[in-house]
Amino acid sequence: MSDDELIWRIAGGSGDGIDSTSQNFAKALMRSGLDVFTHRHYPSRIRGGHTYVEIRAADHEVQSRGDGYNFLLALGDSFARNPEENAYYGNEELKPLSENLDELREGGIIVYDEGLISDEDVEEVNLEERAEENDWHVFPMDLRGLAKEHGREVMRNTAGVGVTAALLDMDLEHIEDLMSDAMGGDILESNLDILHEAYEIVEDEYEFEHDLRAPEGTHDTEQALLSGSNAIAYGAIDAGCRFIAGYPMTPWTDVFTILSQNFPDMGGISEQVEDEIAAAALAVGASHAGVKAMSGSSGGGFALMSEPLGLAEMTETPIVLIEAMRAGPSTGMPTKPEQGDLEHVLYTSQGDSQRVVFAPGNIEEAYEQTRLAFEIAWDYQIPTLLIYDQKLGGENKNVDVEFFDREPSPDLGSTLTEAELKEAAHDNSGKFKRFNYEDAEDGVAPRSLPGQKGGRYLATGNEHSPVGHISEDPDNRVNQMDRRLEKLESIREELDEERESTQTYFGPEEAEYGIVTWGSSQGAVAEAIERLNEQGHSVKGISVSDMMPFPEAEMTEFLESVDEALVVEMNATAQFRGLVQKELGRFGEKLTSLLKYNGNPFEPAEIVEGYEVNLADEDREPTAQVRIEPAAGD
Amino acid sequence: MSAFNAIGEEREIDRDEFTPGVEPQPTWCPGCGDFSVLKSLKQALPEVGRTPEEVLTVTGIGCSGKLNSYLDTYGFHTIHGRALPVARAAKLANPDLEVIAAGGDGDGYGIGGNHFIHSARENHDITYIVFNNEIFGLTKGQTSPTSPKGHKSKTQPSGSAKTPLRPLSMSLNAGASYIARTAAVNPNQAKEIIAEAIEHDGFAHVDFLTQCPTWNKDARQYVPYVDVQDSDDYEFDHTNRQEAAEMMRETENVLNEGTVLTGRYYVDEDRPSYTEEKQAVGELPDEPLAERYFDDDAEWERSYDLLDRHK
Repeated sequence: MSDDELIWRIAGGSGDGIDSTSQNFAKALMRSGLDVFTHRHYPSRIRGGHTYVEIRAADHEVQSRGDGYNFLLALGDSFARNPEENAYYGNEELKPLSENLDELREGGIIVYDEGLISDEDVEEVNLEERAEENDWHVFPMDLRGLAKEHGREVMRNTAGVGVTAALLDMDLEHIEDLMSDAMGGDILESNLDILHEAYEIVEDEYEFEHDLRAPEGTHDTEQALLSGSNAIAYGAIDAGCRFIAGYPMTPWTDVFTILSQNFPDMGGISEQVEDEIAAAALAVGASHAGVKAMSGSSGGGFALMSEPLGLAEMTETPIVLIEAMRAGPSTGMPTKPEQGDLEHVLYTSQGDSQRVVFAPGNIEEAYEQTRLAFEIAWDYQIPTLLIYDQKLGGENKNVDVEFFDREPSPDLGSTLTEAELKEAAHDNSGKFKRFNYEDAEDGVAPRSLPGQKGGRYLATGNEHSPVGHISEDPDNRVNQMDRRLEKLESIREELDEERESTQTYFGPEEAEYGIVTWGSSQGAVAEAIERLNEQGHSVKGISVSDMMPFPEAEMTEFLESVDEALVVEMNATAQFRGLVQKELGRFGEKLTSLLKYNGNPFEPAEIVEGYEVNLADEDREPTAQVRIEPAAGD
Repeated sequence: MSAFNAIGEEREIDRDEFTPGVEPQPTWCPGCGDFSVLKSLKQALPEVGRTPEEVLTVTGIGCSGKLNSYLDTYGFHTIHGRALPVARAAKLANPDLEVIAAGGDGDGYGIGGNHFIHSARENHDITYIVFNNEIFGLTKGQTSPTSPKGHKSKTQPSGSAKTPLRPLSMSLNAGASYIARTAAVNPNQAKEIIAEAIEHDGFAHVDFLTQCPTWNKDARQYVPYVDVQDSDDYEFDHTNRQEAAEMMRETENVLNEGTVLTGRYYVDEDRPSYTEEKQAVGELPDEPLAERYFDDDAEWERSYDLLDRHK
């Protein structure tokens, strides 16, 4: 926890514009020279319900949510259900205030909308008493009334931003610019009036006793604020993907939407179809005909893709599928993050898995591994999957604009041209030996596309001969299976030897203790490791991205170099730890799991505490909602 | 210059070109109606000027799914019920391809029913042939969605309590723009209908009655058949939706009573295909997307140029 950071939480109901207001405020902070990171918490509901967005801003890199937060803007929930005594859902009008108090740091600031949250309600949560205990600075203000006076009620978010800026002693310039970009005419005028009025009221009428101010910083290079979903979509664009098929499902819909909005201007095709079976089958069909294609979903929709995924494996049709995890089983908690679909993604569909799976751990990795997924898929004709979650997909972070200044790579990999097909092997009847195992380099048999002269063959989900005809000949079966599986070996070799590692390391190399994680928990782990080392512990970390084929050598080296390791993941059954043990066949006695599955991502302090509890050998439980699953033999 | 030079090639086409050297002899049972589908395709394709390598035949699972093992075109033998979504996407990726999808009644009307409805609704420019034998053949004789009410099988030992599905009516309601029924025992009509279906710009659905002599012995061999266009007993305008609907209903009603009606049931030449609809709203490129990947001069857009909105 550092004092030089702002963690601003804006809370209200779904449909109150929390998302767009926070997006603009985060941009304003970024433009002022700060590094920012956002965390979004929302219910599966169109209107109302407890929603907040947290923006963490500092003059140094931030890659995770913080521990708690220090500024609450409670807007009230304008779609709150009518509270009755003992209502199941409680008093929703009060929730933007009441639900957020537990995590507010000592010395923090509270601004709440008196126009929506009544004095009576405030008494209900003992605000006065708690504020005194925690040294909170409370600023009730009629934001709704102010908004109404100068424009419309919905503009109370703007009033809230004005109050925030005044209390934090921030310049309004960037906020004004962003408003001018987003709106015009009377609406802009009203919003600017409200912003200034709110700012002035605070300056004129309130006494400041708090220490919190907006940090100051500068960027040497131009920055862009974007989410993991943006990064995946942009990675796909730069990889030459121009076909996406899908069916809406939270949280995968973000990527689907971004590409659907951009593809028409890029000559691409987006298809919203009847179900996820169709979606994945469309990706297979488009790829078969020669287009770089993708599909994706979240857990439930991905379950429907099992069979087309297997078809892509068997017919060696390159596709990229993405899986945006949310808390399961079944419908689970639709808007909450979890890393519970790892085994689902690795093994679903009948037969031996023949796929590649990457799990990016941050926004830059999301972009790079999406591009890598397309490259591998088309070079090796193998379905490649990207598994991420609601957290990574929805969080925003500033990234160097120059990071994206790269050449696109629309290359179709091991696809032949008509000229090359003339030289390729055919059978006596003129059929192209599409699945030739005799000269297959790295297991890859180059493919043709329908409509090409001299390339006709049969693709089939049945086991097949070199020209693609159904075959149950035992020798052919073994040759084809071995060739397909050899591709995975070749991919492992390429990842190990020809490319920069996709695993990310933290902390001092000679450290005694390890923390292992995968996917979106990376940022919190990185920060925890930094703090632990500052506190005098000797800890290093690895964030693994290659789920299949597994980075056996790197992982072995890491685990051999530490005495013990904590495996941090957001699920209840330690799926990644299971994968490590399955792939390496050892280290069970070294690996303790720290698991969280309550719907909220890890905060760095929870990992620090998990480490301490595990190492201290004391008979105590962690205070946070996490679970420790001891190592084998413990 | 095209990267797909088999497409649009003008030359003499021999129907033998469509017989693959690998499997010239189908493994269907003697007397199976599926032979007739194969034969009518081999006749129709050269007649409408299509060469083997500009055609993509996409099939589902079942005896019918083997069609592209015995028809020498580009082929994709997919999974049960999913031929249509694969076929649709191939057509979108490269609209110059001639895409023919095929499957059985279980495949298209049962497990793939959702895809059938939506493919017809969207009016994709593909031909869809359903081998309708009113039974699950390859899995040895279970009741299918088109089996008559009371049909007894190992899975319906007391006779099916279900009324059979109405494939023609369903197709019409869903939005198909060419709907016909033909029968294996009527090869001339079958060839003509298949040729028309291929030439039609839009979703052309052919319900092809294919007798199963092994597992549906009790069923008729679909003889005698009546061509509703040739018969004086049936008067209707197959371009009129209302009249088509009534004729379809009648046809479906009498099939299980022993009257086999066939012919063109509905033809709408005015409804734009999905390719045209999607191009009209600016969401499908005018040139086949598949060509772009072979165009060395193509300018590929970059995400770097989209970043202004994030700054």
